[in-house]
Amino acid sequence: MDLHELEAIAEREQTQRVRLRILCCAAAGCQASGSLELKRRLETVLTAAGRLAEVDVIPVGCMGLCGHGPLVRLEPSGEMFERVTPADAEEIVAALDGGSCQVPRCDRNHPFFTRQLPIVLRHCGQINPERIEDYIAAGGYRTLYHVIHEMTPSEVINAITRSGLRGRGGAGYPTGLKWATVAKSPGERKFVICNADEGDPGAFMDRSVLESDPHLVLEGMAIAAYAVGAEQGFIYVRGEYPLAIDRLQKAIVQARRLGLLGAQIFESGFNFRTDIRVGAGAFVCGEETALIASIEGRRGQPRPRPPYPAESGLWGMPTLINNVETFANITAILEKGPEWFASIGTEKSKGTKVFALTGKIRNTGLIEVPMGITLREIVTEIGGGTPDGTPVKAVQTGGPSGGCIPASLFDTPVDYESLAAVGSIMGSGGMVVMDEHTNMVDVARFYMEFCKDESCGKCIPCRVGTVQLFNMLTRLRNGQGSGNDLIEIEALCELMRETSLCGLGQSAPNPVLSTLHYFRHEYERLIGAEVEHGS
Amino acid sequence: MAAKTLTINGQMVSARPGATLLETIREAGITIPTLCHLDGLSDVGACRLCLVEIEGQRRLQPACMTVVNEGMIVHTDTPRLRSYRRQIVELLFAERNHVCAVCVASGNCELQRLAALFGMDHVRYEYMMPAYPVDISHPRFGIDHNRCVLCTRCVRACDEIEGVHTWDVAGRGINSRVITDLNQPWGTSTTCTSCGKCLLACPTGAIFPRGVTVGERPHASERIALIVEARKQRW
Repeated sequence: MDLHELEAIAEREQTQRVRLRILCCAAAGCQASGSLELKRRLETVLTAAGRLAEVDVIPVGCMGLCGHGPLVRLEPSGEMFERVTPADAEEIVAALDGGSCQVPRCDRNHPFFTRQLPIVLRHCGQINPERIEDYIAAGGYRTLYHVIHEMTPSEVINAITRSGLRGRGGAGYPTGLKWATVAKSPGERKFVICNADEGDPGAFMDRSVLESDPHLVLEGMAIAAYAVGAEQGFIYVRGEYPLAIDRLQKAIVQARRLGLLGAQIFESGFNFRTDIRVGAGAFVCGEETALIASIEGRRGQPRPRPPYPAESGLWGMPTLINNVETFANITAILEKGPEWFASIGTEKSKGTKVFALTGKIRNTGLIEVPMGITLREIVTEIGGGTPDGTPVKAVQTGGPSGGCIPASLFDTPVDYESLAAVGSIMGSGGMVVMDEHTNMVDVARFYMEFCKDESCGKCIPCRVGTVQLFNMLTRLRNGQGSGNDLIEIEALCELMRETSLCGLGQSAPNPVLSTLHYFRHEYERLIGAEVEHGS
Repeated sequence: MAAKTLTINGQMVSARPGATLLETIREAGITIPTLCHLDGLSDVGACRLCLVEIEGQRRLQPACMTVVNEGMIVHTDTPRLRSYRRQIVELLFAERNHVCAVCVASGNCELQRLAALFGMDHVRYEYMMPAYPVDISHPRFGIDHNRCVLCTRCVRACDEIEGVHTWDVAGRGINSRVITDLNQPWGTSTTCTSCGKCLLACPTGAIFPRGVTVGERPHASERIALIVEARKQRW
């Protein structure tokens, strides 16, 4: 495979493309609401009309507005329909020719679409994720070619560093610095790992990216491997994502067949093989040292850092671990230049962030917005507020490691530092909106229950602390708490934050601490302390 | 490589390069509590009792897994650390049924010693009182899971010293439990050599010899380190 063959594939795709296309979302969300049945029905209708040759029905990845699925988009008109049922197939086909159609249309001028800036999601909902030709036609694998043939590894790292990209898994560690550390660490072999063990309640960013555009992640990984000097990669996907695993597997096979992965990529001396490792349902395996232990075939438990995986990771070798979304940013940065990327976002948080917008929100779905956008813009403009108009009370970011941000702070810009300053974290991108009817003690209790169930049990503060906190919150909620409980809750939260072994235990108190900070009256009401304060 | 010099609790201390903070602290005659550490076994940093403050580092670090550095300034006994250690031991007492009055290890128990050391006069947390089974299927030893603190010293002694790996941990979080083989009764284990190193390594009365009175129960976890030392080739 060389550049000409790549261009030839792209050209062939362009010339063979029929004018009329029906793009039908086939990501997990729309599949769950029946999009595959709809797609079959559309094909039946077209066959009956004898138009199968002139109209293509294409299964594509996530179109974003998951809560209104199944979604269908027509090309070239760009019309988009929501909540399409198989019974609507005839009308959709009629709409191709401008016929009347009663199926609800999506307003493409709504802020949900206009306020987004797709970089990671730029192919999502545009290409068939199960065909590498679609990805190549959209410009795919050119960047890998240019990187291998025209850039040195240090130039690649330099570009990533200058872009200001930070880890999208949540902690926001500078990606370029991490790559440079792995590149400089001595080791007979090096590894690249893609962390796709997304497990926060309400988060589906990585799943959507893998289901909608798996090659983008593979290409990013291959570039990373070239930059740090690795020849073997692993994608650690959680087992609860069968569709993502299936599409990744297909993508790897296709890329290998075309010589875009494997030995002597693009007829160069660069080899990169990547394999999938499927997680067995432990949230803690998203923690990098636990993830490594799991790949090595051991019990998925974290170990103290340092040494960091960049120095001593998989089988003791220097290992680069990045999140799905981080890898998905790489090709765009190298294609359009680090300066372009650095011009998006805020001073310290560059680029965009993908969020899974869920909870009490009108437009549930997947969004990608520039860093620095305010929570208010996300919740009220893009999200459209609550479905029944009830005032929004808070938004939870960062899953069980994050916190609840009250509506009064919705002018907070979304970047790593600002979210940390208000007691939450950027996290991997889960964003759960809560309205006035939500009981914040219940919210804290829910997340603590999650942490209690997901604690690996290795260190004492997390193993026992999560259970004790959960029990205390349960007592409070049942009206059996006392004023002393609040003091003990805070002391236990501090213990866990300061002494737990890994990020799970250290951040498990965050939902409790942030709700205690912003909604303390809800706790106090439960122990009758409010009355005492009044007197 | 030159020896490192560091400051521990205001005292200048020298350390072998590559040594852990824990070794260095103890060599200097400073006491520091540990539970999951046992001389002769690898370290896992799980009990969090040997956490120390290192100036310039945001997070507390486990002394057992931190390698010494030139010029490190370490505090091992601040009020904050003392408070955390006591809380951790209280959490352990609340987790399972640590009833010293009816325990074979009373008087020889590391957990009991730690509680006394930290002045634990009561437990502020709710006792969870689980009903764990006692496995006495093995002819010579028994394990009472109610007394287990999940330090995994038995797991490591069995794996690293005896080379058998009969023990491991199953379940997760609060439901974690040490198991023999694939969670079979200990007596039916096909890998166990009945060497008794798990018994030596156990800090509490969880693993005990059968048919031995409380006073006779050996408590000699230092013998694990002796075995390791004795096996070193010296010529």
